[in-house]
Amino acid sequence: MKAAAFSYVRAETVAHALDLLASHGDDAKLIAGGQSLVPALNLRLLSPSILVDIGRLIELAGIVAAPDGGLRIGAMTRHAEVLSSQLVAARCPLLTEAAAHVAHAAIRNRGTFGGSLAHADPASEFPACVLALGATIVVVGPEGERRIAAEAFFTGIYETALRAGEILVAVDIPPLAPSVMTGFAELARRSGDYALAGLACRAGRDANGRLDDVRLAYFSVGDRPTLALGAATTLQGQLPGPETYAAARAALASDLDPPDDLQASGAMRLHLAGVLLERVLDAMTRDGSNTRRSA
Amino acid sequence: MSADLTVIRLIVNGEQVEAAVAPRQHLADFLRDGLGLTGTHVGCEHGVCGACTVRLDGTIVRSCLVLAVQADGSSVDTVEGLSDSGVLADLQAAFEARNALQCGFCTPGMLLAAQELLAQGGVPDRATIREHLSGNYCRCTGYHAIVDAVAATAQARAEGAR
Repeated sequence: MKAAAFSYVRAETVAHALDLLASHGDDAKLIAGGQSLVPALNLRLLSPSILVDIGRLIELAGIVAAPDGGLRIGAMTRHAEVLSSQLVAARCPLLTEAAAHVAHAAIRNRGTFGGSLAHADPASEFPACVLALGATIVVVGPEGERRIAAEAFFTGIYETALRAGEILVAVDIPPLAPSVMTGFAELARRSGDYALAGLACRAGRDANGRLDDVRLAYFSVGDRPTLALGAATTLQGQLPGPETYAAARAALASDLDPPDDLQASGAMRLHLAGVLLERVLDAMTRDGSNTRRSA
Repeated sequence: MSADLTVIRLIVNGEQVEAAVAPRQHLADFLRDGLGLTGTHVGCEHGVCGACTVRLDGTIVRSCLVLAVQADGSSVDTVEGLSDSGVLADLQAAFEARNALQCGFCTPGMLLAAQELLAQGGVPDRATIREHLSGNYCRCTGYHAIVDAVAATAQARAEGAR
């Protein structure tokens, strides 16, 4: 299908984009890489009267090493750049691993990190990653900058804490301590498809190898990326192994309530969430080291 | 609701192009209907099938998921340009030799996607080739012949480079 008619303005600066949003209100829609928005336009699921293109805002692009050992990822950073960045691989290998699962090469060349978060598709990889990592979403609006914890950012299907007139400009990823591991896996029918279920995990281990401060961020199992808090609690202080995983899997039934849809039943998604828990934690802890091995 | 036309300037297959386009027109339709470059095919129009794959500023994109107005100031290469330049000749010959196309609808997209992988150098294994082409659907061949053609071209190029 073809999109309905709209006007188009390319923003020259963030301030220009904010002005355009302020003057056009709800009639305006931001476009960055367009890899989720243009399909929605072509299918006429959306018909804004004006698109404000922020895709060329150099000031929002790029990945910067933060002084604290973390990362700042500009909103207009392409998925392909996240995937190939040596800095990301060194400081946040979870994102490197996850980026390989985002759609296909031609989409990764165009889609943006900030766009993926602002779009908040419950089946997307990066929202779950920033949740697992405890990242902070940086937005600007008419009243200036706001910093929003990932836990508070995703509020529903395609819904976020972004207010009208605000733009997501960057994501701050906190540094990972040397004892912290991360892992990622998803289950999809075909490579590049939306996952039936996915898991981004961050976990520490104490000197005795016991799990500590585990964060299990699931995606594609609800209306937003979800931390499995009960399962994480059962893992606290435990040694990795079959009994530990079984207890955590049992707890998932209280943490998650996946809906039925055409792709899979809720019960199947819950089962897959348990499979992922075991696979990811096993891969992260298999060699007994603190390598940030990904599943 | 505005139907205003926007003037864009871009380079298509090495030639400077200037045109007035509707903001809602995607790049694939602009290439086909505006410039007559019908080698870029339009399949699903929501980024699933890969038939509209072109190169935008050096990397492959879905031209149905890029608005023509977004390509203002960019450089676009289509299967026509890459065919004329000869850079695809060996890959195209391998596709023909191995029956890696039947109806041909997916072929321009397949060629552009495969060329990007081959341009990375080395000899990718079959799993890597399959993964890289996983966003390009073919309803005729069952993919084996396509993977064969890409693998053979990679091997031949690696040997030629020695």
